[in-house]
Amino acid sequence: MDLLTGIFITPFAEMIGLPDLFFQALWDGFVSGTLYGLIALGFVLIFKASGVFNFAQPILVVLAALALISFYKMGVPAWISVVLVLIMFYGLAWLIERLILRKLVNTDGNILFMSTVALSFIIIGAAQWIFGGRPSSMIHKELGIPTGSFEWPMFGGGVYFDLLDISAAVVAVILIVCLGLFFSRTKIGRGLRAVADDHQAALSVGISLNQIWVIVWFVAGVVALVTGIFWGARSDVSFALQIIGFKALPVLIIGGFTSVPGAIVGGLMIGIGEKIFEIYWGPLLGSGVEGWFAYFIALGFLLFKPQGLFGDKIIERV
Amino acid sequence: MKKTIISAFVAVSTLITTVGMSFGDLLVPVMTYRVGPFAANGTQNANGFVDYLTMLNERDGGINGVKIKVEECETGYKAEKGVECYESYRGKNPLVHTPNSTGITLQILAKAPEDKTPILTMGYGLSAAAKGETFPWAFNYPTSYFSQMTSILKYIDSQTGLKDQKIGFIFLESGYGREPIPVLEQLAPKFGFEYFLLPVAGKDAQNQSSHWLTVRKEKPDWMIMWGWGVMNPTAVKAAIKSRYPLDRFVGNWWSAGDVDLGPIGEAGKGYKGATFNATGTDFPAVQDVIKYVVSKGITKTGSEGPGTVLYNRALWNAALIAEAIKTAQDITGKKEITGEDMRIGLENFVLDEARLKELGFAGMVAPIVGSCKDHEGAGAAFIQQWDGSKWVKITDAIDPMKDIAQEMLTKAAAQYASNNAGWTTQTCN
Repeated sequence: MDLLTGIFITPFAEMIGLPDLFFQALWDGFVSGTLYGLIALGFVLIFKASGVFNFAQPILVVLAALALISFYKMGVPAWISVVLVLIMFYGLAWLIERLILRKLVNTDGNILFMSTVALSFIIIGAAQWIFGGRPSSMIHKELGIPTGSFEWPMFGGGVYFDLLDISAAVVAVILIVCLGLFFSRTKIGRGLRAVADDHQAALSVGISLNQIWVIVWFVAGVVALVTGIFWGARSDVSFALQIIGFKALPVLIIGGFTSVPGAIVGGLMIGIGEKIFEIYWGPLLGSGVEGWFAYFIALGFLLFKPQGLFGDKIIERV
Repeated sequence: MKKTIISAFVAVSTLITTVGMSFGDLLVPVMTYRVGPFAANGTQNANGFVDYLTMLNERDGGINGVKIKVEECETGYKAEKGVECYESYRGKNPLVHTPNSTGITLQILAKAPEDKTPILTMGYGLSAAAKGETFPWAFNYPTSYFSQMTSILKYIDSQTGLKDQKIGFIFLESGYGREPIPVLEQLAPKFGFEYFLLPVAGKDAQNQSSHWLTVRKEKPDWMIMWGWGVMNPTAVKAAIKSRYPLDRFVGNWWSAGDVDLGPIGEAGKGYKGATFNATGTDFPAVQDVIKYVVSKGITKTGSEGPGTVLYNRALWNAALIAEAIKTAQDITGKKEITGEDMRIGLENFVLDEARLKELGFAGMVAPIVGSCKDHEGAGAAFIQQWDGSKWVKITDAIDPMKDIAQEMLTKAAAQYASNNAGWTTQTCN
């Protein structure tokens, strides 16, 4: 009886009893969700272009953030540091295309996936060698990103809003809209979708596979930089950030590996869901629910809707 | 002929390696983590430890004329890497193991009696190791997690009383973080407080918003943290964000370093933490490290290291080991000692006020005397508070609830021995 009460009555009574906490959870979940969606976007871009899950995407987030901080510490102004990181990522995209992807055109997807695993470990080693292992503070204030917070009084309590969180949500939404337009309205975007469907067919109609890959890896780097700035500002920049990056995996399963809107919807579902579930149902399960909630939901999708909410349904004829 | 030459080469190389490692140096291994999510704290620990022993080599030519060889092994704070490190020291005559991780300690604890090399886990590790008769090869001077938790509870009692208080315990989901939970379980009904647990998985160390929403829902009177690495600053930032009063938030001694609060600065004002060593560079031992090591540049330490919480604690850790080596040399009459000799040193050193003054640690740490029965020592902790730019000591030493802590330690030690058939124990006079 206690268990049933704990599942069906207590959580809802708490939501009604403390509405300000409920709205706070929704807001915090929304912010986390947009940031999860942002990380997932990086994966979607590469997946659309090459049909491969880019295992290196989370470490690109760390690399971007650490490079930005390092340039700034060398005395480069904050926004010039951003430009330098973007140039660095363009160079990295070109190198990855030249040294890895070009050699693996038309190879099995598993081989491409393993190449991103190898790339991930190479970047981890190189980044630790160059930047050291010590966590650093993000330079968001120097970039002009607002900090501080305000309270919105509500039902005798209040909901706290951090300006940093608001900035993160706004930037994430702008980036997602821009990328959505880029994929649907530009020639490169359409070329990218053609490449994702079939490398050989895309090549046969004159689409430059190499150029597409460089652009896509560069854009994934841009997304990684934005993600690194906002996640880094919320805590610190350390190699542990890459672990958060893998939170994007269930987001992708839910939203679909090829869908930009799917990444954001999946991110929001996970972000809000895990907060609400942890606070109201977590105590029944000894807390720590947030760690597995996303994967539990993703497993449900894999069983009943494996292509995700917005993913392409693959029909193979015999 | 070719085979013979190769065989001879291999044999000679092995011999040279073995002899070179076994004799002529006092090998003090240290497992460190200069990379990964715990690197900020791990680096200061490693630097202080290595720098003190380097200083002894530079200033005194080692200990009783024998040079100290410090061999670092990077673990990334991962238990499996720690075991690999432990294995890599085998056959080199390591004097003592310092795993710098409770998780690694638990993995290698059973190996120590077989290899006859003691383990010193200063202020961490398995609390029950305080019982020397059950754990002849493990030491956790100067105090255990059980004792520390009782000291923190005593502090809370002195502020608001414990009765009817609600305490939230946020901890790194690991052997380390779970270690003091039995103390809360046992003392909650006794003192009439209630508590709730908030485990933070390592992968969520930088993503604690759900945990702090739960704090807001539960409205605890006090929060206690057993955190490490990036979990610490993230928790303090999350507490600030959720408007939790920081003067009701107490970290343990691994959750209250300069690296944790430095980047937060003024916003972290009021946060408290336990400790067993003072900060600052005024102590002669710290001055000697600066003079002989840091200013000479024979270190990985920057100028920001000496004087900070974790760096000074690591100096103290190394000093205790150096004193145990000296004691072992004096007792055995040998200059080049073994792990077995070192164990004797760890049970017989005397670091009283006079000796601490001689070593340059007077006022920085409490006196402590090695013992066969008590591998924990005095066990006191004091509370410090972040003033926006540095830690300030706000209490005198708070003794643990000795009767309660000792009873729990005895019980836990007996439990460990009964769970491990054939466990090596000793009898102390």
